[in-house]
Amino acid sequence: MKKSISENSVFWAVRFITYSIVAIIGYIIFDIVIKGLPTINLEFITGFPRSSGSEGGILPAIVGTVYLVFGAILVSLPLGMASAIYLSEYAKQGRFTRMIRLAIVTLAGVPSIVFGLFGLGLFVIFLGFGASIISGSFTLAFMILPTIIVSSEEALQAVPKSNREGSLALGATEWQTIYKNVLPYALPGMFTGSILGVGRAAGETAPILLTVAAFFLPRLPSSIFDQVMALPYHLYILATQHPEAEKVLPLQYGTALVLLILVLIFNLAAIFLRSYFRKKYKW
Amino acid sequence: MVNFNDSKITVENLNFYYGKVQALFDINMKISEKKVTALIGPSGCGKSTFLRMFNRMNDIIDGTHHTGSVLIDNRDIYKDGIDIVALRKKVGMVFQKSNPFPKSVFDNAAYGPRIHGVKDKANLYEIVEKSLKDAAIWNEVKDRLDENAMGLSGGQQQRLCIARALAVEPEILLMDEPASALDPKSTARIEDLIGTLKQKYTIIIVTHNMQQASRVSDYTAFFYEGKLIEYDYTDKIFRNPEIKQTEDYITGRFG
Repeated sequence: MKKSISENSVFWAVRFITYSIVAIIGYIIFDIVIKGLPTINLEFITGFPRSSGSEGGILPAIVGTVYLVFGAILVSLPLGMASAIYLSEYAKQGRFTRMIRLAIVTLAGVPSIVFGLFGLGLFVIFLGFGASIISGSFTLAFMILPTIIVSSEEALQAVPKSNREGSLALGATEWQTIYKNVLPYALPGMFTGSILGVGRAAGETAPILLTVAAFFLPRLPSSIFDQVMALPYHLYILATQHPEAEKVLPLQYGTALVLLILVLIFNLAAIFLRSYFRKKYKW
Repeated sequence: MVNFNDSKITVENLNFYYGKVQALFDINMKISEKKVTALIGPSGCGKSTFLRMFNRMNDIIDGTHHTGSVLIDNRDIYKDGIDIVALRKKVGMVFQKSNPFPKSVFDNAAYGPRIHGVKDKANLYEIVEKSLKDAAIWNEVKDRLDENAMGLSGGQQQRLCIARALAVEPEILLMDEPASALDPKSTARIEDLIGTLKQKYTIIIVTHNMQQASRVSDYTAFFYEGKLIEYDYTDKIFRNPEIKQTEDYITGRFG
């Protein structure tokens, strides 16, 4: 059957638009890799910055970002999983759960700078943690919490109802049923959700700007109450706030590339965990 | 209608509601011990809902409530303070769609004993072997206990589910159309199995299949639109029903 001209043009238009999205992402990554790769060497990755970041390495920023991401996951995963379990398995569906869900969706839509301000007010000032890893981790955790709750709940809902009924009918309690016969099968999906959260936590600047990130701190943190440098914030400083912007241009690209690679590593780790659990609990 | 002096289960004035929709209307029924009682009737007549009253599986659906009482061994299972875990241990269930857990054959059969605290390996193996034998599936799976149960055939899966229910040593076995998704050969095996199991268990089976009801059951209850229309010896129901609706249904005039 011959397609009409208008049919064909629509088809080509949507195809072109779709491809152009891939092209844009491809260009960004290509640009960063090409311009960042020459900067990356052992000293850049394992060294400390000198003369306010215009020379030397970015180790403190890498370590800072890794700490912050782990901290955020450590806080948000248990909270998110617990909320998802409550919403999916225990809560009666009604007006109250609708309100909770609305709150979660709203939380997902809150601009990250507002999370930053919230973290500044609650953790840094009110709870007295100061600008520190713990303040930053908690702030990032709350930012990625909605993503984790929503995807965890979807993962729980995807486990067949018969897993629950069969278990309950054998006299298992609700918690035994969830723990032994629902949660293991939902874990892969839960990890998928947290992958998205990790990427966001690693890359956000606004929340950490107000709660943890140091402009220039050429040493590694010694406790969770220390300030740290972080890759996105370091990048922001180099790109816009640095007096010698021209000179540090290669460093910017190097930092951006390291951030990309770091997110990739986090994602790969999560994907590995997911496939491990998927294999272990095949269904 | 039949009446027993020594009934295992007694249902009195039972009404059941999904939200505002009433699904069961004023049901009174006694069920005899170590016999097979079939619940028949057209789709949506409430027979599955009724079956799920006996192990309180309707509890897990939001917004349901009931009036009247269900007594097992003369104890009201809906009274406050009843231990639902103990109830469901005593009243096993086999579902319409065979639902083995996505675990190994062994872990499926061992699931119930494990949650009820059996830890000793040898003991566990003994229980698993015995229940798989009782469910007439041991010979087929004894060499593949470590394989995932999802790889078994439909008929094997359903017998594994029966074994899983038997492993917690229930007294009553509820079967919700256990053979409706199976081929004739597997169905025949399940029916044979029911014949053996009734020596030890009180069995209540929901079925769409009239021949099946007449083959396996001692008593038959006919439900229509949430009401118990007629309840009698299976022979009587199928040879000489007293109520016209029952006759119309079993002769295939509707439903």
